Amino acid sequence: MMGYIWVGMLVLSVCAALAEGRLGVLTGAAMEGASSAVALCLSLAGALCLWSAFAKVMEKAGLTEKLGRLMQPLFRRLFPQASRDPVALGCLTGNVSANLLGLGNAATPMGIAAVRRMKALSGGAEASDEMCLLIVMNTASIQLLPTTVAAVRASLGAQGPFDILPAVWLTSILSVAAGIAAAKLLRRVTRRA
Amino acid sequence: MLDLLIPLLLIGVSVFALARRQDVYSALLEGGLGGLKLLASIAPALVVLLTAVHMLRASGAIELLTRLLAPVSRLAGIPAETLPLVLLRPFSGSAALAVGADLMTVYGVDSLIGRTAAVMLGSTETTFYTISVYFGAAGIKKTRYAIPAALIADLTGFVAASLTARLF
Repeated sequence: MMGYIWVGMLVLSVCAALAEGRLGVLTGAAMEGASSAVALCLSLAGALCLWSAFAKVMEKAGLTEKLGRLMQPLFRRLFPQASRDPVALGCLTGNVSANLLGLGNAATPMGIAAVRRMKALSGGAEASDEMCLLIVMNTASIQLLPTTVAAVRASLGAQGPFDILPAVWLTSILSVAAGIAAAKLLRRVTRRA
Repeated sequence: MLDLLIPLLLIGVSVFALARRQDVYSALLEGGLGGLKLLASIAPALVVLLTAVHMLRASGAIELLTRLLAPVSRLAGIPAETLPLVLLRPFSGSAALAVGADLMTVYGVDSLIGRTAAVMLGSTETTFYTISVYFGAAGIKKTRYAIPAALIADLTGFVAASLTARLF
């Protein structure tokens, strides 16, 4: 997949350079792009390390479980079937709370465990309605602190690296709400068909 | 308020962890090492992709694409400059990060385009990758309406980011 995207980008730039008569600048741009990536990585390194360090402390402090327990009532409403099973409910709340805290390494295994458990409960290789709902909640980013983006902003000299937070929160709420609404709507449409 | 958020969060969580008798310092070091590993894992992708992005930018392809798609993006209320980011985001996190960093550099990190790119990156996910990981690992073959629903959420995120970046 990425191979095609990469080749597509290169072919597109050569074609555009031919049309615009800018072939002379391509090689220089390639070299400059490569070295700008290293510069970006270096200036990102500190902030990224700090956030990963902080994420580990959140994990060790048991914040994921605490947040998960707080969210259980909400999950009983969103996932009525899966939440009857304590294991599935634990994986679900663990996945979403790890996502909220930005602990990607912890969120993915728990999300996979949740889907596996839901599959065992429902049987069959078809995605259940509740699995689709979980996927939507995972593909719409709900991370409370977008640390990587903030690190990029900081490395480029932004005034307040985190001052995009209110915008990010509102956007995330809107996109998760739209995703859940779309899932519910498509559920009804596909059932009628 | 926002100025205090991050420092207070750092203190609060660390104190909470200390109170639960956790070795906070070694957790910090362990996590920090994880951060370096994460950086090492995305660095090659960023090099390869930023090379391509710079070639696209220098060749005029990005300008061309932006001008071509401007009517579509105007309809959705999304700045045309951010369209390369919108198109790559569902497929590749590092490609989107590369394009986003390029936009922030070219237009200015605190410019409207730069902020819109940042909000987009912060409030959307690598949809197709996530779906393939979750359903792949669990052996789900028929994804039913998961992809359209997730893409509707993405599109809403992009449109909303274009609004909220202006708002706040």
